[in-house]
Amino acid sequence: MKVKLKIWRQKNAKAKGKFVTYILDDVSPEMSFLEMLDALNTKLITENIDEPVAFEHDCREGICGCCSLYINGQPHGPGERTTTCELHIRSFKEGKTIVVEPWRAKAFPVVKDLIVDRNAFDKIIAAGGFISVNVSSAPEANSILVNKEKSDEAFNSASCIGCGACVAACKNASAMLFVSAKIRQFDLLEQGKVEKIKRVQKMVAKMDELGFGNCTNTYACEAECPKGIKVVNIAHMNRLFIAAKVGGQKEV
Amino acid sequence: MKNPDLTISSITKKIIMAILGLFLIVFLLVHLGINLFILPICENHAEMFTEAAHFMGTNWIVKVFEIVLIAAFLIHIIYGILLSLQNWIARGKFRYKTRNKTKTSFMSKYIIYTGLLIFMFLLLHFYNFYFIKLGLISAPAAANLPIPQEEHFYELVVWLFSNDIIFSIIYIIAFIILGIHLNHAFQSAFQTLGLNHSKYTPAIKIIGKIYSIIVPLGFIIIPVYFMIFA
Repeated sequence: MKVKLKIWRQKNAKAKGKFVTYILDDVSPEMSFLEMLDALNTKLITENIDEPVAFEHDCREGICGCCSLYINGQPHGPGERTTTCELHIRSFKEGKTIVVEPWRAKAFPVVKDLIVDRNAFDKIIAAGGFISVNVSSAPEANSILVNKEKSDEAFNSASCIGCGACVAACKNASAMLFVSAKIRQFDLLEQGKVEKIKRVQKMVAKMDELGFGNCTNTYACEAECPKGIKVVNIAHMNRLFIAAKVGGQKEV
Repeated sequence: MKNPDLTISSITKKIIMAILGLFLIVFLLVHLGINLFILPICENHAEMFTEAAHFMGTNWIVKVFEIVLIAAFLIHIIYGILLSLQNWIARGKFRYKTRNKTKTSFMSKYIIYTGLLIFMFLLLHFYNFYFIKLGLISAPAAANLPIPQEEHFYELVVWLFSNDIIFSIIYIIAFIILGIHLNHAFQSAFQTLGLNHSKYTPAIKIIGKIYSIIVPLGFIIIPVYFMIFA
């Protein structure tokens, strides 16, 4: 299969970037998108055409949240609930140009080519995305009872891999789907109740501080999320935020 | 230096927008209820409309309410603009070169633009009616309104709709835009307030859709009636 690629090239964070077109003649339709990029880089290096294209990847099985790429106007490319590593070349029509861009958000500056700095997400987690657990021996497993529906829902929220597709898809570059999923996964469980109020306040404040946009309930995040995280998470976060605002104690 | 935008949290701003939006949605119903008396829906509809307009113009509870209403409009608009500015900045200096292909509702993507268009209509609406009521300006001389003019809004409305086809068309377009705005806004307000539930959200969405069609349609019927029968 012949593939025509238009890829964003940018030497470093400060350099001016531009699109460069590459053509690959012999691509298997069964290749994943990242394998195709590997093939491109092999060609660029062996034939001494250009520097290899920098892109992030790790597990290549859709669970690490490392791969990104805004492909033909969609984060992680076409197809529902797929990460870029799970996307196959057979999803594209032969001969059509594939445009590949990095995530675009003020809070996600480009590091090089298609790699963006997603440290902002780590900072939000560090602000409050944790629970307090005593160290030493493991607690007795049945001392805290968890209802099945809640545990399932908490698991659904926890399946967010933090790839940033929600920010990339959102017209406002808002991180609310990510932040709300990270809040709700703890809030639904007993273990998360200790930091309930502080967590939502600190994580939302950090999200605002880092320059993410606001939610206009367009739900592009939900449509593009490779893990199917739902916007009920955002409603849950808003509800908690109101509760924290109304019922939260003053700082002593 | 602390960013002044951060003193009020993003979610607080949205919640304020949502509450005020729902308040304006209720107000719109009351306004429509009175406006429908412009149409010959009962024998003494003109007197009833004039009386309702008189009540709205003189009753002191309504007058206090009027200040609240104007404040609600202003804050809703100002926060809408503030949030949108923040949202544009959040994308960063570099924008995507390809058009976004995510399947989302067109109504929500352009909510700020429909909002701004409604604001422009609101200014026109103030110019046509509210400023006359306040005595800031007088009605067009051609309408030949008896003094005091604010007691003769029925005649003014009928005159505007029967003589000024451009006004009627702007009026109709404005309410179509309002319908588009409300179509997204209604359910969006509930989501922002955290009221998203698998049992009730589908019902909220349906009510929102019905409201966003019926209420603007109610307003639109009035000029259409005069365009046909006058």
